Amino acid sequence: MVDDLYQETILDHSKRPRNHHPMDDANRKADGYNPLCGDKLRLYLKVEGDVVQDASFEGSGCAISTASASLMTDSLKGKTRAEALKLMEKFHELLTTDTPVQQDLGKLVVFCGVRDYPARVKCATLAWHTLKSALNNAGDPVSTE
Amino acid sequence: MSTVRKEVSIGFDVEKVREDFPVLKQTIHGKPLVYLDSAATAQKPFAVIDAIRKFYEVDCANIHRGVHELSQRSTAAYEETRVKAKRFLNARTKNEIIFVRGTTEGINLVTSSWGRHNVNQGDEIVISALEHHSNIVPWQMLCEEKGAKLRVIPMNDRGELILEEYEKLLGPRTRMVAFAHVSNALGTINPARQMIEMAHAAGALTLVDGAQAAPHMKIDVQALDSDFYTFSGHKVFGPTGIGVLHGKTKLLNAMPPYQGGGDMIRTVTFEKTTYNDLPYKFEAGTPNIASGIGLGAALDYVARIGLDKIAAYEHELLHYGTQALSQIPGLRIIGTAREKAAVLSFVMEGIHPHDIGTVLDRQGIAVRTGHHCAQPVMDWFHIPATTRASLAFYNTPAEIDALAAGLNKVKEVFG
Repeated sequence: MVDDLYQETILDHSKRPRNHHPMDDANRKADGYNPLCGDKLRLYLKVEGDVVQDASFEGSGCAISTASASLMTDSLKGKTRAEALKLMEKFHELLTTDTPVQQDLGKLVVFCGVRDYPARVKCATLAWHTLKSALNNAGDPVSTE
Repeated sequence: MSTVRKEVSIGFDVEKVREDFPVLKQTIHGKPLVYLDSAATAQKPFAVIDAIRKFYEVDCANIHRGVHELSQRSTAAYEETRVKAKRFLNARTKNEIIFVRGTTEGINLVTSSWGRHNVNQGDEIVISALEHHSNIVPWQMLCEEKGAKLRVIPMNDRGELILEEYEKLLGPRTRMVAFAHVSNALGTINPARQMIEMAHAAGALTLVDGAQAAPHMKIDVQALDSDFYTFSGHKVFGPTGIGVLHGKTKLLNAMPPYQGGGDMIRTVTFEKTTYNDLPYKFEAGTPNIASGIGLGAALDYVARIGLDKIAAYEHELLHYGTQALSQIPGLRIIGTAREKAAVLSFVMEGIHPHDIGTVLDRQGIAVRTGHHCAQPVMDWFHIPATTRASLAFYNTPAEIDALAAGLNKVKEVFG
């Protein structure tokens, strides 16, 4: 039922998003936009050397996109650029394929229910698309469309 | 829910009507389908499905050319829809009925054909704050091309256009006033007759986007005195891919063709082509014949039920729905015009429309969530999106109750 999608952790992170604030000393920044639902998100990163030291976001969206941004920023801290991109790949796989859920995703596995809701995949990936743009430091806002 | 009237009193046999719509008889995620997305597209009665099936099974041929029996049958059936559309809109002649793909193409035909030849630098086009993107973007494109200016009639908190402000926008440079008869995002019924009169007094023409009006009310283009009126077949219980643009003969005759190709010509040589008469001048290429025939069946079906009855029943249903939703704490209805049709757009405190839509879907309830192709409307209300339940005459008070129960479930999940 619908509880498979809105697992407790997702509801918790959507109601009390972590890292939900602007970051003054960020050195990477990117905007994401989902034109289908109007969700907008701004991602801040502090990257030192090759390592993401800190991550935060601003913006409002649905429970899935907010929880996704919250859990993503949590899981990024301390990761290298390559590790972050690898995590993005695995996360995308979790949402869009039927392969068994991989355990090394940590808390992100709570999004496994999204694969049964194709219309909501873009909600869960908005933050990650924005991450890619921030890491590549492309200035243009990314869009899910 | 105790203070909500449980009955819709008008004499209208909705259960009998529902028998005509096969799609309604199914379960979604184990629950009976509650279809509340008719403003996006309406469901189709057997009459329409059967007409399309008959065309492909029995009468299929291209129109307007063959001398053989099948071609004559398909031509007759297709052209019969033109007569039905003339009746549906109370047009003066059937030659004022131009078949298009839908409302969007109807508007684009006017901006391309009329607009390119009549709008010049410094001219002004007036639209309204509650338009669908399809009645904004084509005019914007035209204005950009011509160096003309787009002006927008503002609305009030209820989602009603402010006519005093509209009056001020009209001037000697106003060439066209284009507005929705009924707003898709808010349900507002605009005072079309009055707005057209005001435009004409200023020497401007009018285009009415009737996409959301045609399924819900009687339309009379002669009484309205609209210069152009357009609607989509699929919102009026017909197939997708077909719609109607009505225009006054004098205007249509003066306009150049929209697209070039077969059917819209009289003679073609490499030196010179002469164009066909109305309405064919605007209908290049083989049209969507099956959908055209299906639209005829839909217009017959609606006429049989009666638009007066439909409007009266839906009015009661909308009232019932408004009351039911108003009792849900934290829910705010967006669009509370005094004259309103068939749309319940709303937001819920702290809960995003997409989450509402997903939870409702799991209970078999189909609503639309998002900006409804009316982003300026959303911006005006400072919201990113709404949840929209839109009604048709096949909906019931019990379905409204299901929606209300579903929204209480939404609150349980996200409360």
